Amino acid sequence: MNEPISFFSGFGPKDLWFLAQAAWQTLIISVLSISAGTVLGIFFGWILSESKIAGAITLGFVLDAFRSVPLIIQLVLFYNLFNVVGLAMNPFWAGVIILGVYTSALVANVARGGIEAVGAPMRRAGRSLGLSYLQTMQHVVWPIGLRAVFPSWVGVALGVLKDSALVSVLGHPELLKVARDLITRTQQPLLVLAVAGAFYFALSYPISRYAAHLERKWQS
Amino acid sequence: MNFEYTFHWRPVMRKLPDLLEASLVTLQVSVLSMIIGIVLGLVLALLRMNGPKPLAWIASAWVETARNTPALFQLFFFSFGLGAFGMHLTPYLIVLFGLTFNNAGYLAENFRGGFQAVPDTQLRAARSLGMSAWQSYTRIIIPQVFRIVYHPMTNQLVWAVLMSSLAMIVGFRELAGETQALAFKTFRIFEYFAVTALIYYAMVKIILGISRLIAWRMFRY
Repeated sequence: MNEPISFFSGFGPKDLWFLAQAAWQTLIISVLSISAGTVLGIFFGWILSESKIAGAITLGFVLDAFRSVPLIIQLVLFYNLFNVVGLAMNPFWAGVIILGVYTSALVANVARGGIEAVGAPMRRAGRSLGLSYLQTMQHVVWPIGLRAVFPSWVGVALGVLKDSALVSVLGHPELLKVARDLITRTQQPLLVLAVAGAFYFALSYPISRYAAHLERKWQS
Repeated sequence: MNFEYTFHWRPVMRKLPDLLEASLVTLQVSVLSMIIGIVLGLVLALLRMNGPKPLAWIASAWVETARNTPALFQLFFFSFGLGAFGMHLTPYLIVLFGLTFNNAGYLAENFRGGFQAVPDTQLRAARSLGMSAWQSYTRIIIPQVFRIVYHPMTNQLVWAVLMSSLAMIVGFRELAGETQALAFKTFRIFEYFAVTALIYYAMVKIILGISRLIAWRMFRY
């Protein structure tokens, strides 16, 4: 391991800490954008399910556009748009906002699926029992719909966690950006990539296992 | 709010043929990665389900890595990672291999679900009718699996087209890479990326339209 190179310093314990901090950044970006995107997405999903035609033409079209354009293009496009209209903000918040809107477009579809999975007869039964619209939503639609689409929501969340790597194009030091910088300095690409990959795996794999477990449990 | 920016669309329109040409490169690399990915995904799914232990383990490692790390990370592996072994791939191959690796991983899981959805009795019935293992797989099992995985497969193709935009970061000149190169030459970044977003949108819609047409033709009966 002791290579006689003096220009580049090798990968040390400090760099591991550096990568861990970057993984923390990745986690924060993901948590912020997933939670904001989920709240917004459930709201959008509700609009889509309640206003069939008008919602599908307007909101549905816009959300579909967010799903049909690569995230990296959206990031560059909106980051520059923010600058153009004089709302310059740092890469972190720009990344969180764009990723959050992107998440909401994905979650809207999931949420609409959940609301539609409950079905009109079930909701009518709720209303017939004297529950108000909001009560039906809260005590009938939410618990049943959540079970139906929770696994897909976890899939979306995991996708966004991985997509947060793209915020590196705006220059925010998240996991993959830091890994790339460390590769330039240490010239040990394999080691650095393995560590960065292990961080991603450690963030993503337990969640995907847990989701698979829940799915199996709820099916029975 | 001080709005001092004037949009200039003419430089973009002048380069529109270049962008459209680059979008063909995008389509080409994503379709090719999809075709190889389908073959590899099928192999991975079969190995994972009933291959010998070491091979099943390798297939699992492949699938889990592809699904649990960012696609960009996988591209980096094929660019810097293989560089550590002294293998320096061209940007085209980096993108092709990275996309294929990712596609194969996701498709393998789709195929596995498809195979599990076809009941065992189908295979046994085919075998007892005197078909060989190969015949019963190619004529009985795989056509049924194909029907189940058709929609996930078209989704994966759309994802491949969207994912190929990561090529911009490893320096390959497909649609996104070409856009970046042109945009930073003229500093009309917003305009270029807006037009490119439209082209991607159109590409995705065309792919979905064609796949729906094919599904309508194929699954009519």
